[in-house]
Amino acid sequence: MSHGLVKRLSLCICTALLVASCAKQNKQAFYNTGIIYCSESNPVTFNPQLDTSSTTSDASSHQLYDRLLDFDPESGRIVPSLASSWLVSDDGLTYAFQLRKDVWFHNTRYFTPTRNFNADDVIFSIDRWRLRSHPYHYVSGGRYPYFESIGLAQNIASVERVNGYRVEITLKRRDSSFLANLATDFAVILSEEYANQLAQTGTPGKIDELPVGTGPFKFDSYRKDHFIKFLRHDNYWRDQMEDGPTIDEALSYNNTVESANQEVENGQGGEDTVQDGTAQNGDETRPVVEQLIFDITPRSSLRLAKLMTGECDATAFPAQTELEVIRAKEDLTLAEKPGLNIGFWAFNTQRPPFDNPDVRRALAAAIDKNTLLEAVYFDSATRAKTLLPAASWAFQNDADDTAYNPVLARKLLADAGVKAGFSMTIWAMPVERSYNPNATKMAELIQRYLRDVGVEATIVSYDWTTFRRHLQEGLHDSVLIGWSADNGDPDNFYRPLLSCGAIPSGTNRAMWCSEDYDKLLNDALQTDDIEERTAIYRQVNRLLYERLPLVPIAHAYRYQAYRNELEGMTINPFGGVRFGGVKKAL
Amino acid sequence: MIQILVRYCTLFILTLLVLAIISFSLAYLFPGDTLENLTGLVPQNEIQRAALERQFKLDQPYIFQFFYYVGNLLTGDWGYSFTSGLPLREEVGIAMPATIELATYAMLMALFIGIPLGYYAGIRSYSTSDHLINSASITTYSFPVFWFALLLILVFSLQLDAAPLSGRISLLYNIEPVSGFILIDILLSDVENKTLAFKDALSHLALPTFAIGAIATASMIRITRRSVIDVKHRPYIAAAISRGLSSWQIFFRHILRNALLPILPLMAIQITTLITNAMIVETLFSWPGIGNWLIQAIYQRDYPALRIGMMAVSTVVITLTILVDLFNRMIDPSREKYERATV
Repeated sequence: MSHGLVKRLSLCICTALLVASCAKQNKQAFYNTGIIYCSESNPVTFNPQLDTSSTTSDASSHQLYDRLLDFDPESGRIVPSLASSWLVSDDGLTYAFQLRKDVWFHNTRYFTPTRNFNADDVIFSIDRWRLRSHPYHYVSGGRYPYFESIGLAQNIASVERVNGYRVEITLKRRDSSFLANLATDFAVILSEEYANQLAQTGTPGKIDELPVGTGPFKFDSYRKDHFIKFLRHDNYWRDQMEDGPTIDEALSYNNTVESANQEVENGQGGEDTVQDGTAQNGDETRPVVEQLIFDITPRSSLRLAKLMTGECDATAFPAQTELEVIRAKEDLTLAEKPGLNIGFWAFNTQRPPFDNPDVRRALAAAIDKNTLLEAVYFDSATRAKTLLPAASWAFQNDADDTAYNPVLARKLLADAGVKAGFSMTIWAMPVERSYNPNATKMAELIQRYLRDVGVEATIVSYDWTTFRRHLQEGLHDSVLIGWSADNGDPDNFYRPLLSCGAIPSGTNRAMWCSEDYDKLLNDALQTDDIEERTAIYRQVNRLLYERLPLVPIAHAYRYQAYRNELEGMTINPFGGVRFGGVKKAL
Repeated sequence: MIQILVRYCTLFILTLLVLAIISFSLAYLFPGDTLENLTGLVPQNEIQRAALERQFKLDQPYIFQFFYYVGNLLTGDWGYSFTSGLPLREEVGIAMPATIELATYAMLMALFIGIPLGYYAGIRSYSTSDHLINSASITTYSFPVFWFALLLILVFSLQLDAAPLSGRISLLYNIEPVSGFILIDILLSDVENKTLAFKDALSHLALPTFAIGAIATASMIRITRRSVIDVKHRPYIAAAISRGLSSWQIFFRHILRNALLPILPLMAIQITTLITNAMIVETLFSWPGIGNWLIQAIYQRDYPALRIGMMAVSTVVITLTILVDLFNRMIDPSREKYERATV
C-alpha cells in the first residue's frame, strides 16, 4: 500500500517538471528570432554622448546608432561608417567627410522619418555637445563627459555643411587623435529631424529617453532593473548595400595624414589609408534576428546560471572565478582578448593629506600589487606600471613602477606628519568591470595592507549611479576604479584620466590637475611622428611616477561568454558589445 | 450576520489605520533628512527646500500631513519611486499580482495535494503509510525555503536543464499585463505563439511554485491529519460505527466535513507564511514580484517605495486573513455569534 502511495506522490511531483521539459523540447524557430543578452546594470541614458560608462554604450552605441567612422574590431583600423570617405587637408586642420546616401533613421511608434540621413544630422549631433548655445546642449544636463575630458569641443573651430552629403570640420589645433575620437562609441549620430519634432512638441528631453538612430536595432521599451527591448531596424543601411557601395568619385584621395598612430599600431604605417565603403558591407552586419533583449541581471553568478540554462545567449563581464566553469562547458564559448584598459587606485588629490605626493607614494608602497593580481584577477591580467597597456604603441616597457615596501611607507607617512591610526576611505565600485572584476575584494586586501602601516581604511560603496555621482562631487578619499579605452590612442588614456579638463566631466577620479602634465599631452598631439610622441609619453610616465595621483594596478584581459548558437559574435577591443550581424541557430 | 460584518469592517479599517500611521511615521524614522527621504531630491538652497516642503506639505503639522498622506493613499496618488521615476501605483500594480499568482498556485498545490494526503494519513493513522507521509511532511516542513529553492535550481535548472531559473516568461514574448496573472494574460493576449508562450510560462512557474508549494503542502498535510485524527475519536464516530455504517459512509458523512472546519482558520494563518515564502523565493528566481521589488527598494534606499510596499503587502495579507476568517465564521455554525473578530 505504502509503496503505491510513494509512487503516486512522486508522480505528482514529476508532473510539474514534465510540463517544463516538454516546453524545452519544443524550442523551435521562434527562439531563433531573438537574442537575449544578460547585461550587468541599467544604462544611465540611451545617448552615449552623455555618459562614459560601458553599460550605457553597450546598450546604445552599437545597437541604436552609427558613427561617422568605425574601428575595425579585428585590425583596429579606422573604417568608414556613415561617412563613406574622408579627406584631410595638408595642414591637418580641415577634415572633409563625404556622407553615405540612403541611410534611414528608425521608424518607431514615436517617430516617422520623412527624410534620410544627411549633413544636418551630423552638424546637429556634433554641435549638440560642442556649442553651449545649441538649443539641445543643456537638455539632459549639458554634460558630455567624454568630449569634455578630451577637450574636443574647444578644439573644433567649425562644423560646416558643404552640401547635403558633405561636411567639413575645421580644428583650431592639430589633433592626431581626432579621427579616432570620431570613431569612439560616444560620437554617435542623432536625428536632427527627430530633435526638431521634439522641440515643436516641447519635449526635447525625450531625445535621450526614446532614442532614434540609424543603427541595426531600434528602441522598443525599457523597464528599469528588468529589461531593454530592441527591434530589428528594417531599413538598416548595411543590409541594403548588397548592390555595392557608392563611392564618391568627387573626392581625390590625396592626403594620408589620417590617424597615423592607428596604422603603426597595426604595423601598416605609410599605406594609403583613405578608405572607401567596401571595407565592411552586406550580409556580415545584417541583423537576422527580429528582437534584441538586454536582460538586466546585476549578479554575475546569476548571469552565468542563465547562460548555462540558455535563458541568455550572451553575458556581460563573466567574473574571473567563473571563467573555468565556462571553459569546461561544451555549449559555451569564452572569447578572450587582451583589453585596452587599466584598473587603478586613485587618490582624491584635492583632500589633505592626499594632496601631498609623499603620502600618495607611501600608500602606494604599502600595497603589494602582485598579490592583488593573483587574488582579484586570478592572473588573467598583467601588472600595470603606467596607464598604457602593452597593446598600445606608446607602451613603455622600462617605465618606473612602485614596489611593495611597508618600511618605506611607514617612514614616508611619519615624515609627512600622518599619525598612526589615521583613517581614510576606499571607495570600491559596486559593479564588475574587466579592469576590476571585484573591487570590494581588492579594497579588503588593501585595507589589510594599510593596517600594517598604521592606516585605518573603511570601504565605501553605493549603487553604481549614486557612486559615480558622489565621486564626481569628490566625496571620496581614494577609489578603486578603472578605464576602458575607447580607442587605441594613448591620448585616450592620459587625457580623460588625469587632465585638468577631465575633473568637471568626472573621469579624472584623482581630481588631479597639473599644468606640466596638460602641456605635455598637448605637445604630443601636435605631431604625427610616432617617435616624437612616444618620447613625450615617456616624460609623462616619469611625471606620473613622481607625483603619483593614482596607482596603476592591472591591465585585464577582456572576456565575453556566449552560447555556441550565436554566430558572428566578436569582442570589440574598442568599447561596447555589438549585436549587429549576429545570428542565432539553435 | 450584519453585526458580524460590521465588526469585521471596523477591525479591517482600524488595522489599516494603524498601518497607515506606522508607514506614515516611517518617513520620519528613516535615517537622514525627511525631505530627501520623501522626494529623493537634494535641495540646492533654502528657497528650493521651502518650495519642496510646501509641495509635500512638510511645513504643516503632523496631523495634517497624515491626513494628506491618507488622502493620497485613497485617491491612488502613491508618489513616485525615485530609482525608476515611475508612479509607485503602477510598479506595485505589476509586482503585486506576480506574487499573488505565485502564492495562489502554491496554495492550490497545497490544497489539492496536501488535503487528500492529510485525510489519507489521518484515516490510516499510525500505519506505515501514515508514518511515511508524516515523516516526509515533517522533513519538507523543516526545510528553509531559500535553501530548498536553491537546491531545486541546482538540480533541475543547472544539472538537468529541465526548467529555467529566472523570470516569469522568456523575454522574447511580449505579453501585455491585463490581469497581472501571466497565464491569464497569455490567454487574453494576441501573441502568435500562444501555446509556446503558455508552455514557456508554465516551465518558468514550475520550480518557484514547487518550492513554495511543497512547504505549504507539508504543513497542510500535518494540519489535516491532526484534524482527522481528532474527529475520528469523537463519540459520534463511535456511535456511527456502532450503528453499523461502513467506513466509507462514516468518512463521507461524518469525517470529511467535520475535519475541514478546524483547517480553515489555520489556513488563514498559513497565508502570511505563504506570502513571506513567496517573497523569499521570488528573489531567488528573479520573479518580478513584490518581494524582489522591495529588496531592490531597500538596496537603492528608495524610501517612498518601501513605505508604499510595506503598506501594500500588509493590506493584502490583512484582507486575505480577514476574508478567510469571515468565510470560516459564515460556514461554521459552531462558533459563537458574539465572539470577537480577530486578525
